[in-house]
Amino acid sequence: MDDCLHLKITRRRLLIASAVSASAAALPSLSGAASRDAPQTAAAPVQQRVRLRINGEVHSLELDTRTTLLDALREHLQLTGTKKGCDHGQCGACTVLLDGRRINACLTLAVMHEGAELTTIEGLGTPGRLHPMQAAFVKHDAFQCGYCTPGQICSALGMLDELRAGQPSHVSADLEAAPTLSADEIRERMSGNLCRCGAYSNLVEAITEAAGSRA
Amino acid sequence: MKFDTPSAENPTDRLRVVGQPVDRIDGPLKTTGRAPYAYEHHDGFTGGFADGLARPAYGHVLGAGIARGRIRSFDAEAARRAPGVLAVISADNAGPLGQGPRNTAKLLGGPRIEHYHQAIALVVAESFEQARAAARLIRVEYAREAGEFDLAKVRDSGRAPQDEPDRRLGDFAAAFAASAVRIDAVYRTPDQSHAMMEPHASMAAWDGDRLTLWTSNQMIAWGRADLAKTLGIRPEQIRLLSPYIGGGFGGKLFVRADAVLAALGARAIGRPVKVMLARPLVFNNTTHRPATIQRIRIGATADGHIHAIAHESWCGNLPGGSAETATQQTQLLYAGAHRLSALRLATLDLPEGNAMRAPGEAPGLMALEIAIDELAEKLGLDPVELRIRNDTPVDPHDPQRRFSQRQLVECLRTGAARFGWAQRNPVPGRTRAGRWLLGHGVAAAFRNNLVMKSGARVRLGRDARVTVETDMTDIGTGSYTVIAQTAAEMLGVPLAQVDVRLGDSDFPVSAGSGGQWGGNCSTAGVYAACMRLREQIAQRLGFRDAAAVRFADGEVQAGGRVAPLADAVRDSELLAEDSIEFAGLDRKYQQSTFGAHFVEVGVDAATGETRVRRMLAVCAAGRILNPKTARSQVIGAMTMGVGAALSEALHVDPRLGCFVNHDLAGYEVPVHADIPHQEVIFLDGADPVSSPMKAKGVGELGLCGVAAAIANAVYNATGVRVRDYPLTLDKLLGQMPAPG
Ligand code: FES
Ligand code: FES
Repeated sequence: MDDCLHLKITRRRLLIASAVSASAAALPSLSGAASRDAPQTAAAPVQQRVRLRINGEVHSLELDTRTTLLDALREHLQLTGTKKGCDHGQCGACTVLLDGRRINACLTLAVMHEGAELTTIEGLGTPGRLHPMQAAFVKHDAFQCGYCTPGQICSALGMLDELRAGQPSHVSADLEAAPTLSADEIRERMSGNLCRCGAYSNLVEAITEAAGSRA
Repeated sequence: MKFDTPSAENPTDRLRVVGQPVDRIDGPLKTTGRAPYAYEHHDGFTGGFADGLARPAYGHVLGAGIARGRIRSFDAEAARRAPGVLAVISADNAGPLGQGPRNTAKLLGGPRIEHYHQAIALVVAESFEQARAAARLIRVEYAREAGEFDLAKVRDSGRAPQDEPDRRLGDFAAAFAASAVRIDAVYRTPDQSHAMMEPHASMAAWDGDRLTLWTSNQMIAWGRADLAKTLGIRPEQIRLLSPYIGGGFGGKLFVRADAVLAALGARAIGRPVKVMLARPLVFNNTTHRPATIQRIRIGATADGHIHAIAHESWCGNLPGGSAETATQQTQLLYAGAHRLSALRLATLDLPEGNAMRAPGEAPGLMALEIAIDELAEKLGLDPVELRIRNDTPVDPHDPQRRFSQRQLVECLRTGAARFGWAQRNPVPGRTRAGRWLLGHGVAAAFRNNLVMKSGARVRLGRDARVTVETDMTDIGTGSYTVIAQTAAEMLGVPLAQVDVRLGDSDFPVSAGSGGQWGGNCSTAGVYAACMRLREQIAQRLGFRDAAAVRFADGEVQAGGRVAPLADAVRDSELLAEDSIEFAGLDRKYQQSTFGAHFVEVGVDAATGETRVRRMLAVCAAGRILNPKTARSQVIGAMTMGVGAALSEALHVDPRLGCFVNHDLAGYEVPVHADIPHQEVIFLDGADPVSSPMKAKGVGELGLCGVAAAIANAVYNATGVRVRDYPLTLDKLLGQMPAPG
């Protein structure tokens, strides 16, 4: 799939190409042989320096350009509060706030964010001094195993800012009017963060309370 | 402590801390991202016992590209030469490996391949990116062999599993034939995946011939024993740690490839190695809940008394694998003089089928509770009333054996009143709200209460802090919290004065987290250890009769004398260890948990899209140790039930022999927008037969019956009876009432 980057193709064709190579990687050919076009050698990793401001502190890192923002946090800075649930944008466990907006840290490369400002779960509160959103999660038992939780909390904060900025969602009845902080809006906007423990009913209560306390 | 007579009054009955809806004590760590999961024990490398360990290298697992056959050639030369690569481990160079009794297929395959995505290699490199890239350079040629992947096709070759023979009572065939009202239908449940949010992960470090493994595992002692067997070393050479687990649901009951390969990789390079299964590997590499085909026949009298009931279920697994015991609840849930239940297990070459939350009952009730709904309709009887009419106070196969507690009727009545069941229109397809066809459904919930030996040790430190240590795990179930509540209650100290340390094989062996036995059994083990400690404390403080001593408010009192608890440890700490051993009561009494699920759905009249609008569960599961965490268990289970009803299925590719939708986009678990507000009611009722805690399991009960309640609600909304899960809209379209 890395080869795609060397080809001059349109964005549309790139999308098609990556869809095909994704399924080719996922499923073998019926003959049972390994794919013939696998590259035979690997080049030495390309390193690049990137400066990130994370939870108020500047970090300068020399990274493999393939390193995702998620792995930069988890493996290079040992900020493992941000979780890896799927590593390809399907679960939301890796949600952090990048320049104030929520983003799946697994879906972006660290070196693309020179000078960016990041907030991770570690930057919100400490066990002894919880952020209001974290406190509301504890009070409403808005988690069980806790693995989706940092992503849920960062996502909730980013989501509330989007709502305050008047961005509509799929369930907003009127695209022109300011969206309201309803349970349905929260459910819709938080649907990129899976919780297999199934804490949703409590999550919506925690987020509603924390949103109220901040308003 | 032997538990062989029903528990009399004991210190937990005070319910000052036990039974209170306290916040999770691990909440602050989890919500701030400070709770370390398996792949995140970097602190272990700078302090603690693992001090001085080198930075871990990264392992990436390669899964087999065929479902059945053998590896003809395996060429890892290019991978070995790739930048950063430290080792490539495969069956060729791993040395002889054993196999734990709880694993069906080998955790490192090759040359023989037993299932798709069976691990065949681990690439170890300096960085994650290098390991992943190098794994793609491995060239594997396979000799593919034909396999069986289609349950419907092999079903007739199924045999009764050795440990699950057919059970008969009376003469089912004759009684069924003679019944006034009969139903006979076939139901299908698909393969399902646990899809816990934390993929299986392990980090291994060797010190000479001793291995430390941080992993994500529900059952520490099983894991240690099976890992030792696999690696050919003694269990005492392994320390297994699993303090935080990002969900399990049965998928982490057993040691998996991540653990074995991390250990092999670390041994090969003489340095710690960490391995996380890539998400797309999890679905075929690990275990899943096997699909079933179930036939249910029920014969009843015209007034709705079940006379004859038969439940047969077909499933498949790899050779040596176990059966999905989907008929289990039917032996106990409803009355009826003539009965038959039968399991048939065929050979399939799909990945290994094994336990997923409420194995047996979850898929079994998905079928049975639709069948009861069908019977009610045929009888013209309300489905709540039909269930009540067929309640049984005893095990129908052994009428001497009573249920220790059976509150099914109360669950149904309480739920019906709370839900407004009386307002439901029993005629399908008649209730409209705009574009929505509304429907209401009910199902009974049933899950047995299992008991397992469980140990703990409790220390009263010189600072009068209490520390509990047990190898029990907390997979989101609230173990940390209910264990702390138990110790606080038993020793009369505030919750904040208790520290709980879990998930470490250096601690006493517990029941572990599975089969909804964990909460009751592990706290009962802590109760036993606390009883020992109370004796020691009483003795130190000069109280003669330990049994008469009261522990409350940081004080110890008896016979008018009061002593501060702290006085007992002024000179040295006290430490007590014990376990709870269940002896006989579980055979004398049938111990089960009961519930009722009520659901309202809306089905879009034009598109067939189903939305769950209201959910209510009423649960009777003995004493509820913490209503807050128990409620979370139940709403989480109800959410999983929505997935089971409407969206979750691993789709089999019958040519390749794999689950094609092997990621979180293709395997659709419920998202936030799929779940309405959920209500849970717990019926009071400590069960002294279950344990000194008088509690029972609840985490699986919450799932049992949910999907059927939804299916029944969809039927009530549309008049379309779907017997093939999940109820996707293609199964409704074309049969729905004309939109108008
Ligand atoms: S880990 Fe990033 S979305 Fe799943
Ligand atoms: S708390 Fe476990 S996945 Fe959400």
